[in-house]
Formats: sequence, structure tokens, C-alpha cells
Amino acid sequence: MKLKHEIFETNIGLLIIFTMIAISIGGLVEITPLFYINDTVEDVRRADGTQAVRPYTPLEQRGRDIYTREGCYNCHSQMIRPFRDEALRYGHYSLAAESQYDHPFQWGSKRTGPDLARVGGKYSDTWHVKHLVRPKSVVPESIMPNYPWLLENDLDYSDIQARMEALKKVGVPYSLTQEEYDSNVKQFGKAVADKLDITRADENLVSEAQDNNRDGIPSRITEMDALVAYLQMLGTLIDFKAHDEHEFIKAR
Amino acid sequence: MIEKDPITGVETTGHVWDDNIQEFHNPLPRWWLWTFYATVVFAIIYWVIYPSWPVGSTFIKGINTITYQTDAGEEVTSHWNTRALLARDMQTGKSAMAQKAYLNEIAATSYDDIAKDADKLAFVESYGNGVFGEYCAACHQSGAGGVVGEYPNLIDDDWLWGGAPHEIETTLKIGRIGFMPAYEETFNDAQLTQVANYVLSMSGEKSDPALAAAGEEIFHGQTGGCHYCHTNEGTGLKSQGAANLTDKIWTIADVRGAETDEQRLERVKSVIHNGVNRVMPAWSSRLSDTEIKVLTAYLLNKRAGGQ
Ligand code: HEC
Ligand code: HEC
Ligand code: HEC
Repeated sequence: MKLKHEIFETNIGLLIIFTMIAISIGGLVEITPLFYINDTVEDVRRADGTQAVRPYTPLEQRGRDIYTREGCYNCHSQMIRPFRDEALRYGHYSLAAESQYDHPFQWGSKRTGPDLARVGGKYSDTWHVKHLVRPKSVVPESIMPNYPWLLENDLDYSDIQARMEALKKVGVPYSLTQEEYDSNVKQFGKAVADKLDITRADENLVSEAQDNNRDGIPSRITEMDALVAYLQMLGTLIDFKAHDEHEFIKAR
Repeated sequence: MIEKDPITGVETTGHVWDDNIQEFHNPLPRWWLWTFYATVVFAIIYWVIYPSWPVGSTFIKGINTITYQTDAGEEVTSHWNTRALLARDMQTGKSAMAQKAYLNEIAATSYDDIAKDADKLAFVESYGNGVFGEYCAACHQSGAGGVVGEYPNLIDDDWLWGGAPHEIETTLKIGRIGFMPAYEETFNDAQLTQVANYVLSMSGEKSDPALAAAGEEIFHGQTGGCHYCHTNEGTGLKSQGAANLTDKIWTIADVRGAETDEQRLERVKSVIHNGVNRVMPAWSSRLSDTEIKVLTAYLLNKRAGGQ
């Protein structure tokens, strides 16, 4: 009996092409429709009608870059699943809206350490600084590594504008022109829109770092300032008490 | 045409490589094939019951439904999805209901009565242990013993902000900032030594009487102004979270852990020199009032000698 697959077995190029088609079907079927289905990303607004979830400020964005640089995602997820045990421990499940400006997202499923999606406001800045420099100093049982250089390294923000422009290219609404700025004012309110203005990124970053002085060193802006600013805003943008759960269920 | 391998007599696929290498044609076993067809049938049934195929800007929702309540108490029936499942689980699930029953009882019971009721105490102990471990232990440590200088001990009898149940509740709800100004620019080293000697003398620690007398002046004087927060008697002020300096309990200056008199003096001096600025986060947005009550009862029970 002459079976037809001889043509694939004897032609490596064809084999590669058809293998790729076969394995991409799964991905295409599961992922592509999400771009077209309404409500994939929930529309969550504050009482004044502006968007609750905003892109990161320049300082937070640098903190996020350090988070990925240090590989924190190898031990920490940022995705609270809709299960009772997770709700009791971490708080409200993560919405798709909350990671809509994440490139790349930090959902993950590896939890050597706890999920960090709602860690913002849970501890004080001082605690984070101590914990990052040497986790055992506050949590004696911890197996998290020490990151002492975060406090030693000055934050390099020379390329912050370029970083924001790159993110803008993949859809994060940072503004360059007056028109884009105006649309941000409408979408997020003026205070937030000011922070999303690429042309003012440097001064925004410096003033946010100095006003909060999260690393406890007023004279310097360290990588710690940026990372703690990022950690302290995680999961804080939506006030879940102001929303009926029904709203989020309807979006599914 | 069916080709067969001349030696084994097994059917081949007809492909030949390098003159004589052939591939046998061994069809899948029947049981395997039927299992495979069964999974296909299963998938089709699954599509009918659960959300499945995308259609334009929406998707096929399946016939399975879940009924849950909105905040307003209205019953809503939605197609099956994990969010609705969670809502229903939280509203009517077996363990959620059992937990809710206990929480409601705690909310309706006074602290005194909770302390007398073994069943409620057992709940406070287990629920409190979980919440404390998740939200508090990272600072106050697993046993609530704290870290001198950093995070106060919550099981001793010394309270900066008050140890009555309603005071602890307030601490948990609104958070606290322990602030004492730094005196590095106000005092020179001699003055620091004098005040520190006076502070040590207040709780009967070893001190130099002459220096302490000079320190007393500073403590009650305008430049020091210590008495504004610590009071004239040095017993502290709960509204400021200012420490009682007349008891033997030290929360910031690690006097107990010092080995020599010089060390003791140095430690007190450095607190006055550097000041204090530490933050206890607010929990009202993360924990419900009842959970805060459970935690308060948990701490009170620990202090009373519970596990
Ligand atoms: C080897 C795995 C590992 C890595 C890498 C790691 N962590 Fe952790 N992390 C842990 C563990 C385990 C804990 C729990 C114990 C503790 O609190 O230290 C933890 C706890 C935390 C907490 C406290 C969370 C909570 O809710 O109590 C924060 C915040 C945190 N890590 C941030 C970071 C950041 C930022 C990085 C990267 C700079 C990082 N971690 C890298 C393992 C890790
Ligand atoms: C980020 C670290 C941190 C966390 C997390 C934390 N605390 Fe505190 N807590 C503090 C600090 C610091 C103080 C001292 C404030 C001051 O100096 O006045 C304090 C003070 C207190 C006090 C008042 C003590 C007194 O003597 O009056 C209580 C009670 C307390 N904490 C309970 C809790 C409970 C319960 C939790 C968990 C829900 C918790 N804390 C979580 C840091 C923390
Ligand atoms: C603005 C109010 C304020 C003033 C003024 C003030 N203190 Fe304090 N002091 C505090 C507070 C609050 C604490 C406890 C801080 C905490 O627990 O976070 C404290 C703690 C201390 C402690 C540590 C006690 C311990 O248990 O470890 C010493 C010692 C002390 N003060 C001495 C002084 C002296 C001496 C002066 C005057 C030179 C002074 N303080 C002025 C508010 C004040």
C-alpha cells in the first residue's frame, strides 16, 4: 500500500512548514479571537469617568524594568486566579485590564515566593528596602536572594524617553504630541496625563523619586527608589469596593 | 497493491530508502483508536456545555449556567465562567458558609465573651493565625514578638498607641506613623549624654546623677521639648504613640540587649540623635471590620497566654 506521507518524510522543507502549520493552529484558535471579542479587557472606570488603570509613570516603568532584569518573575507571579483560596490570601482576582499596559506581562505560574499582583501598600517602603537588601533581616525563614546593589546603584534614567517611545510603539498611550496629550487628559485625567508625557519624563521621574524618597536616601536616586515605587503601586489602581462583582462577571 | 516484507510477512508502507530500508505499516491498536474517537465525542459534548468557539466579537456560551447574587441582592444567571463560579462559591459554598457563620458570630460578640468561649477562641486562633501570617508576620514576626527598634512587640503589656480592644482596632484600621524628631542638630554630644542619662534614670537604669539632673532640665525645657510628647512624668502619650520612658520596656533603643553601661547609654543617645520614623500600614482597605476584630482578639488572646 502506497501511503501519501512519503512526500513529507522525504522533504525536510515541507515537513517543517506543515509542522509549523499544525502547531500554530492551537495558538491561533485560542489567542486570535481574544483580540476581537468585546470585553476581553474590562472597561473599568473611576467615579469621574476616567480610566482606573493607567500606564506606569516613568519611575515605576524603570522599576518594572529592574524587576524583569533581576528575574523576580522566576519566583513571583502577578496573577491572582479566581479561586476562593487565592481570594482569601491575596485579595481580588486580577483583571485583564490590570495588565493591559504590561509589555511583557508578568502573570506567570511559578510561585516560589508569593504572588505580587496586590502587594502595593501591604508593607512600608522601609520594609521593602530592608527586605530587598537582605530578606532574612525581616523574614528569618525567607529563601529569597539578597539584592544589595539596588541601594548601591544610582538609577540610570538617561534613556527613559526612548524606553517610553518603544512602549508607545506597542500601544501604551504615552504622549508625544499635544493631540495625544489632550486625548490622555480625557482618558485618564490631567494629573495622570502629565505623567504620561514623554517630553517631561525626566523631570517627572526625578520629582517622583525625590518626593517619595522610598529608599531613605534623600540625596540620591537609586534603583531601589524605582523598584519600590513599582512594587507599591501593584494592584492598587482599581478600588474594588466601588465596584459590584457583577460588573466583572458580566465581562466574561 | 499491498507490499509485504519478505522476511516477516508484515505489510509495509511501500517507502524504500537506500535500496532496502522499508517502513512497516502497523495500524494503531483498536482500543487506542476508539479511545481517540471517544475524546473527540467528549470535546463536542464539552463545546455544547461550556463556553467554546469564538464567533465574531463574541463566543458560544454553552448551555451550563451559574446563578449568583449581585451586591444589591438580585439573583443573576450567567453562562458558566470561573468568575461566576467564584462568586457563587463565596456566597453559598459549604466552607465559605461555615466560615461566614463563625465570622458573623464573632462580629456580634463582645471581646470579653469571645475570651470566655472556647469554640470562638479556637476559631480566632486558627483564622487569626492565617491572617496574621499573611499580613503581619513579615514585620511583627511569626510569634508577634516583633524586632526591637523596628517593629513593636505585640504580646507584651506595653502599648504605644493603647492596648484596649478599640485602640488596637483603630491602630489596625488607620495605620500608625511613629514619629520622633531627630535631635542631631539641636544637641551637641554633651547635651545628648545628659538627656540620655536622664532617660535612663527614669526607669531606674544605671545613670550618672549629675548628668541626669542636667538632662532633666533639657527634657522639660523649650529646646528639648521632650515633655510635649513623652509628658512631664515621662509616661508617654498614646495619642502620639510616644513611648513610656519610665517602664523597663524598650521598643526602640535596645537597652535590654546591651551588655555594658556604655552601650546602654550609646543606644539611647542614638535614638535621640537620629529620631524615629516608622510606619505601620493601614489595613481597612484589605481586611474587613470583622477580620480586624478577629486579629485584635487574636492578639489579646496571645497576650493573655493563649498559644
Ligand atoms: C529564589 C526565589 C525568589 C526570587 C528570585 C525573588 N523572590 Fe521575592 N520572595 C521569595 C520568597 C520565598 C518570599 C517569601 C518570604 C519573604 O517574604 O521573604 C518572597 C517575598 C517577596 C515579597 C513579599 C511578598 C509578600 O506578600 O509578603 C516581595 C515584595 C518580593 N519577594 C519581591 C521580590 C522582588 C522585587 C524580587 C526581584 C528583585 C524578588 N522578590 C525575587 C522568593 C524570591
Ligand atoms: C510594614 C511593617 C508592618 C506590618 C506589615 C504590620 N505592622 Fe503593625 N506596626 C508596624 C510598626 C513600624 C509599628 C510601630 C508604629 C509606631 O512606631 O508607632 C506597628 C505597630 C502596631 C501596633 C501598635 C503597637 C502598640 O504598641 O501600640 C499594632 C497593634 C500592630 N502594629 C498590629 C499589626 C497587625 C495586626 C498587623 C497585620 C494586619 C500589622 N501590625 C502589620 C509595622 C508593621
Ligand atoms: C514629636 C513627639 C516627640 C518628641 C518631641 C520626643 N519624642 Fe521621644 N519618642 C516619640 C515617639 C512617638 C516614640 C516612639 C516611637 C515609635 O515607637 O515609633 C519615642 C521614643 C523615644 C525613645 C525610645 C523609647 C524606647 O522604648 O525605646 C526615647 C529614649 C525617647 N523617645 C526620648 C526622647 C527624648 C529624650 C526627647 C527630647 C529630646 C524626645 N524623645 C522627644 C515622640 C517624641
